[in-house]
Amino acid sequence: MRTILFIIQKEFKQIFRDKSMLRLIFILPILQLLILSNAATFDVKNIRISFIDSDNSISSRVLKDKFNANSYFSVTKELTNPKEGLDFLQKGSTDIVIEIPNQFEKMLQNEKKAELQIQINAIDAATAGVQNVYVSQIVQQVNQDIAVKIYNTTENQIILSRIETIPSFWYNNTLNYKTFMVPGILVLLVTMLTLFLSAMNIVREKELGTLEQINVTPIKKYQFIIGKLFPFWVLGLIILSVGLVISKVVFNVPMLGSILLVYGFTSIYLLLILGFGLYISNHTETQQQAMFIAWFFMVIFILMSGLFTPIESMPKWAQNITLLNPIRYFVEFIRMVLLKGAGLKEVLPNLVVILIFAILINGLAVWSYKKTN
Amino acid sequence: MVNHISNEKVIEVENLTKKFGDFTAVKGISFHVNKGEIFGFLGANGAGKTTAMKMLIGISNPSSGNANVAGFDVHTQSDEVKKSIGYMSQKFSMYDDLTVQENITFFGGIYGLSRKQIKKKTAELIEELQLGDITKSRVGSLPLGWKQKLAFSVSLLHEPKIVFLDEPTGGVDPITRRQFWELIYTEADKGTTIFVTTHYMDEAEYCDRVSIMVDGVIEALDTPKNLKKQFDVDSMNEVFLKLARNIE
Repeated sequence: MRTILFIIQKEFKQIFRDKSMLRLIFILPILQLLILSNAATFDVKNIRISFIDSDNSISSRVLKDKFNANSYFSVTKELTNPKEGLDFLQKGSTDIVIEIPNQFEKMLQNEKKAELQIQINAIDAATAGVQNVYVSQIVQQVNQDIAVKIYNTTENQIILSRIETIPSFWYNNTLNYKTFMVPGILVLLVTMLTLFLSAMNIVREKELGTLEQINVTPIKKYQFIIGKLFPFWVLGLIILSVGLVISKVVFNVPMLGSILLVYGFTSIYLLLILGFGLYISNHTETQQQAMFIAWFFMVIFILMSGLFTPIESMPKWAQNITLLNPIRYFVEFIRMVLLKGAGLKEVLPNLVVILIFAILINGLAVWSYKKTN
Repeated sequence: MVNHISNEKVIEVENLTKKFGDFTAVKGISFHVNKGEIFGFLGANGAGKTTAMKMLIGISNPSSGNANVAGFDVHTQSDEVKKSIGYMSQKFSMYDDLTVQENITFFGGIYGLSRKQIKKKTAELIEELQLGDITKSRVGSLPLGWKQKLAFSVSLLHEPKIVFLDEPTGGVDPITRRQFWELIYTEADKGTTIFVTTHYMDEAEYCDRVSIMVDGVIEALDTPKNLKKQFDVDSMNEVFLKLARNIE
């Protein structure tokens, strides 16, 4: 135990001595959290919409006003013909072009129906889909308004034949993407930082030759490993704390569940990540190699974590791979606890998986760390 | 000069062999070192001396053969061996980003010294090496000669029976080397056994006995005086060249 304390003391000294590194450790994650959380939004807002109004009637104006009044849309300049509309779309000056045919109002009055042509830039299919839904909703509303205005019918005379759905959004009722993203990004930062630091730490001593010096001492493997990893474990928890404070203060992320549970889970999760870092360290000779391998796994972990893309929409084989991804369990966990207020019972499966992973990888890491070749 | 040597054998090596795949780096060497002896372990680059030394200090397992260091088997009791030996590698291996004091504390600590002992040892070191106020400077900022003296002293913190020095004076000027050898003599006089590898043949002359390794085999082992007589030359340098040339 005394030996471990000597190592921990030395590691902390080295961490705090390197001022530039220290700045990187603390300032970068904070910046990343602030910037990424604002950038990684899937909100579909500021949709630029253009009209080609060949009708110029009351009805067409009602339609346009409705879009104008909606905060999700910003109406660009009025276009005159379909060719101009296509050009505009092509140049990327607008997201949507709506063409109102010249017999629009007449058709509405005479035949009780009219057609609108809507062109949407669908390079980003997901966004285009959402935009389409928004446009359709507004057109639906216009339907009603026009009916009232044109036919002079009173509202109670309109027979609403369609079924209205009133969605109610649970757990994130304002549909705020930041609420959804911030905890996930926090998970990434905690993981990246601790993985990179631990993967590089022991291999650095290999490079310097100090590891050989350590190996000639009667120190036990477990003493060295615990002494080495404990400081990063503490660092990981500090980063988590800073991140949670920012999440609350800056992004107002709800924290419905137990914060104690978050710390408990993170404590075990960090053991897993540090063990993995150690394992990488054991199998590499230089910091570059360690960094490269750590990045390789990190990219896979991030993309397959369910943070940016839902796991449910991945092919089955990819979904199976995500079962091995520690970040997946943490992202799932932190969203459940912070946003849904899940308790230990609900997150127990995640906890158990992470615990098993942690035991396995640390076993492997300790076993593969050799004082003697 | 040899009055510090006793007849007790502190290193006994028998048929020690190390293979890396098809390549045999150390080919069944046998020798012994007496307590208090300054034993020079010489050889050209790639002759296998570092490999042999790594087996003796317990960080490399022998492929076959036996080695007994400080009364313990290097293969089965490597932790016991490690408690009884000090080691200074050719690659300077203290922490550059820590101060002299912090390095002493750390290495003392992992050798199991108490804080009190560390304090005492530090005071002694400052006295012996005339470290003065550099104890608070970072090791990385010291000149190489200082670093080497410091590394030697640190390897002695836990008062080992044997200290292994792997090319301890590489890259420093003759005066600093001379000072370093004075430290070695002081330590040997206390009864510590010194096992040292070097490329400097003048240093070989300082040793009580010298072995010369060529191609994984010990080709010669005796006092420098006897070796010179045996090869009928005036200096260790010529002994070394003669041996190495014979092989080629």
